Amino acid sequence: MTKLAFKTIVAAAALALTAAAPSNAQKADPAGIVRKMHQAFFYQGESFRARVKMTLTDASGSERLRELTMLRVNMPKRGDQRYFMYFHAPGDVRRMAFLVYKYPAKESDRWLFIPALSLVQRIAAKDAQSSFVGSDFSYEDVSGRDVEADEHKLLREEEHGGKPCYVIESVPKGSASYKRELSWIDKAAFLPLKEEYYDVQDQLFKEFTGEEIKEVDGVPTAMKRTMKSVKTGHRTVVEFSEVKYHLGLKAEEFGERALRNPPGSWLK
Amino acid sequence: MGRAWVLAILFLAPGRPAFGGGLEWHGFVQADYASRLGTTRRDKLGSGDFLLGEERLQLQLSGSAPKGGVGYFAKADFFRDEVDSRADVDVREAYLSYGKGPVDIRAGRQIHTWGVGDLLFINDLFPKNYVALFSGRPMEYLKTGVGSLKTSLYSDQLSLDLVAIPFFEPDRLPTSSRFLVFDPFQQVTNRVDSRPRHDLGNTELAARLYRPILGFDAALYAYRGFFRTPYMEPDSMTAPTKLTMVYPRLSAYGASIQGNAAGGVLSLEAGFYDSRQDRADADSVIPNSQTRFLAGYQRSPWTDFTAGLQYYGEYMHRYDRYEASLPAGFPKQDRLRQLLTLRLTQLLKYQAWRLSLFSFWSPTDQDFYLIPEAAWRVTDELTATVGANVFGGARSTTFLGQLDKNDNLYLAMRYEF
Repeated sequence: MTKLAFKTIVAAAALALTAAAPSNAQKADPAGIVRKMHQAFFYQGESFRARVKMTLTDASGSERLRELTMLRVNMPKRGDQRYFMYFHAPGDVRRMAFLVYKYPAKESDRWLFIPALSLVQRIAAKDAQSSFVGSDFSYEDVSGRDVEADEHKLLREEEHGGKPCYVIESVPKGSASYKRELSWIDKAAFLPLKEEYYDVQDQLFKEFTGEEIKEVDGVPTAMKRTMKSVKTGHRTVVEFSEVKYHLGLKAEEFGERALRNPPGSWLK
Repeated sequence: MGRAWVLAILFLAPGRPAFGGGLEWHGFVQADYASRLGTTRRDKLGSGDFLLGEERLQLQLSGSAPKGGVGYFAKADFFRDEVDSRADVDVREAYLSYGKGPVDIRAGRQIHTWGVGDLLFINDLFPKNYVALFSGRPMEYLKTGVGSLKTSLYSDQLSLDLVAIPFFEPDRLPTSSRFLVFDPFQQVTNRVDSRPRHDLGNTELAARLYRPILGFDAALYAYRGFFRTPYMEPDSMTAPTKLTMVYPRLSAYGASIQGNAAGGVLSLEAGFYDSRQDRADADSVIPNSQTRFLAGYQRSPWTDFTAGLQYYGEYMHRYDRYEASLPAGFPKQDRLRQLLTLRLTQLLKYQAWRLSLFSFWSPTDQDFYLIPEAAWRVTDELTATVGANVFGGARSTTFLGQLDKNDNLYLAMRYEF
């Protein structure tokens, strides 16, 4: 009993210290800000579900749609996550399901279920920067990039869309599809409001915006996200609906059974 | 044809709104043509230059009970085959499913697929339609549904699939009606197909036990049933007048493992085929027991490009007895048949274009098979595909070499709704 009480005190003290720290540490620690942004943007709630509508528009204005249900569960191991995506439309991907085990510092495991062949297939996942289902978003844009993979620098603090923001510059330590990234991170909710990606010639080629921030189950959520490929004029708008957090999902459910025969409650 | 329309009406009648969220129907209309490359006039094939000429309507109907756990799915194709000048219905799948706790049950006509090979199957002994593959029909037609009962048991540690197939269905292989193929008994026209009867005792059983091990997907397989490829049994070896197509008894046991390694996906699979009807391997018709194995590696070296390489081998046991029982003048198989495959896929223009090449090459049979293909997703609904099947080999008696004169170019368009 005394041992337990002692542990609790230590834990409480540690918590108090970390809680007290941010106001100073944040400014000094840009990686900490990015980490908080990741927490707010990719990790909220122990689980999450949304109906996702992706509209892909090319320079000439012609549109393609992708409709899917996305579920996510956080793993006990810090940073690990499992994602499940079930496609409703268009016809050629309908009933397809996609499962990703994400590990921040190593390649993710990915499986695809192809209903017409009743086939569960493992997918090579070397390139996290490849396009997610043909959109302007990469896999990394959808599920997050390892914070440690970049060198982060706090450039300045400024308002964006009427909200005070940190402006962070992130430079990849290894090879990447971009040379540097600028992010405008909302100081209050820690959501990214804007991101700019610069190529090797230091020209802007990809631009992200997070819009329509709404509180769902107590969690500020960007209900609309846009990624624009500046040079081609192609853009993808992602709209979330039926968002829910804290679904009480079990990590073990994110497996082959879900791919072949997803639980009815997941897709409702 | 009247039957087809009744089915079509049954499919369409309920409509979407009547059952609210519980019922969905979808499908596609497809036109699909494949023509031989090079003339066949001298070979006088009944089907002319076309291997395939068809228009097809697929209707899919699915639904589930509001409380969940119970559902159904049906998918039927209504098609007109221009080569045979006939129209028909093909019920691709029709099953009911029930799930409760750790158990899922699925009963009816359904497609089963397992194993880790890419277009190579060792422990997946479910029916396949190679005619569809060789004549350029969409890949999904390689697999056919089969009336069966599938029971799946899930736990966090270990999962099990058990499939019982009471209705034997053979693989569909190219025949002389549309393909120019090697036939050692060309002059014998009296042929009887002797499929295993639909008896309870002939029920095929297939099982898969699987679990993740250190980030790899590991599985064990077992099968008890029949070879799905027919073997020709002549009434006499010297002067045959009648051929019986037989499907000898087969048991198979195997294992596979698949997972991330060296920046890609590594796949390993092996299986032992126990030819139960000819344990002594003394019969020249019934195949000898074999061990089959494959190793595959797939990776994505740059954005939207994947490359996959596989090595596959078939090792025949008791080869000496096979050699001894083989009638004179018959083409001889190798003790170890080897095959290499390479798949290259490049996606372009926000994945609206897919260029791919699949190639088989056997260093032992000295034959090959190439499938170059370009698919364009014109809109979300409309897809156009053009591709070719190119076969060749040093001899006309090997599996792929015999198809040498069947090179074809195919064109398909599909509208999905």
